[in-house]
Amino acid sequence: MPKEQQMSVSVWRGGATGAFQSFDVKMEDNQTVLDVVAWIQQYADPTLSYRYACRVGMCGSCAMMVNGVPRWTCRTHVNKVLKDGHMEIGPLRNLPVIKDLATDMDPFFDKWVAAEGLHHPTQTRDDPIEAIDPTNAARVEINAGIECINCSVCYAACDTVAGNPDYLGPAALQRAWSVYNDSKDANKQAILDAVSGVGGCHNCHSQGSCAVHCPNELNPMNAIAGLKRETARNFFKRRT
Amino acid sequence: MIHGHRTHTLWIAFLLHRISGVALALFLPAHFWVLSYALNAPQKLDGFLHWAETPIVKFAEFGLVFLLSVHMLGGLRLMALEFLPWTSGQKTAAASTVAASTFLAGIFLLRAI
Repeated sequence: MPKEQQMSVSVWRGGATGAFQSFDVKMEDNQTVLDVVAWIQQYADPTLSYRYACRVGMCGSCAMMVNGVPRWTCRTHVNKVLKDGHMEIGPLRNLPVIKDLATDMDPFFDKWVAAEGLHHPTQTRDDPIEAIDPTNAARVEINAGIECINCSVCYAACDTVAGNPDYLGPAALQRAWSVYNDSKDANKQAILDAVSGVGGCHNCHSQGSCAVHCPNELNPMNAIAGLKRETARNFFKRRT
Repeated sequence: MIHGHRTHTLWIAFLLHRISGVALALFLPAHFWVLSYALNAPQKLDGFLHWAETPIVKFAEFGLVFLLSVHMLGGLRLMALEFLPWTSGQKTAAASTVAASTFLAGIFLLRAI
């Protein structure tokens, strides 16, 4: 019988200050990073804290830093990230750590609201449902953005967020761009004002880490470029 | 510095743009200082220009032309990214700025030696 294969996994323990703790975990044929974290919590140390829900890449709860790269752990195969039988799992970057692998997502979601990434209705619930042409150019632009699962991988990948805590970040700005392109939205000026402030879209250095690491292969950099164009156009329109 | 989430083309393009910008900003005061010799001390300028003909300086100028070119083309790339309709070839555009800059600086070097 072949010898049981083990991998060495370093897991962040503690809050803002802490240290990596090493665990030996049995390797399986089909094993995701989330499986590894769950195994450690169930069989090695039940005090390990982490967050997950759906396990199938829909809910956006289980994102963590794996070898310094933000990833959705439920859809990341161990074979893809294991280096010389070792991997390092930490809490998402750019967010306050609650404990171990669980981060406080409040700043991330607060920025969605700060970017006016919320619906400003044109009608009431008593009006008939408005027909939207799915082939309309603005509606097609929204197609990608609405696939966002709010996992905060882009936010953790962004060096501009790391350098400027006020920066709204890729996900919130992409949400603002989706709402801006929505023909049912009544307050596009509020969106442009919100995304052109101190922490707005013009902070973006177009490093593109958001687009590279987005697990759903969305492109927030594209959305932010769109906001930059629209805010510039709005600026010159207002002056004339 | 370039590890983990940063190991991709556009992040390296960002770094190159930043480094070339800082290097050119450091170069410009020295450049203007030497130019001022033309007004204040022409014989010093002649001496400097004679020294500037040496191969090591020509090679340094090759680097300078590369930095200037990569910063200018990189800046145009960013302006196109931000103000023109979105296109998918952003990595190709970044790689092309480096290729074009190497070509331009190479031509400069071949003409200089």
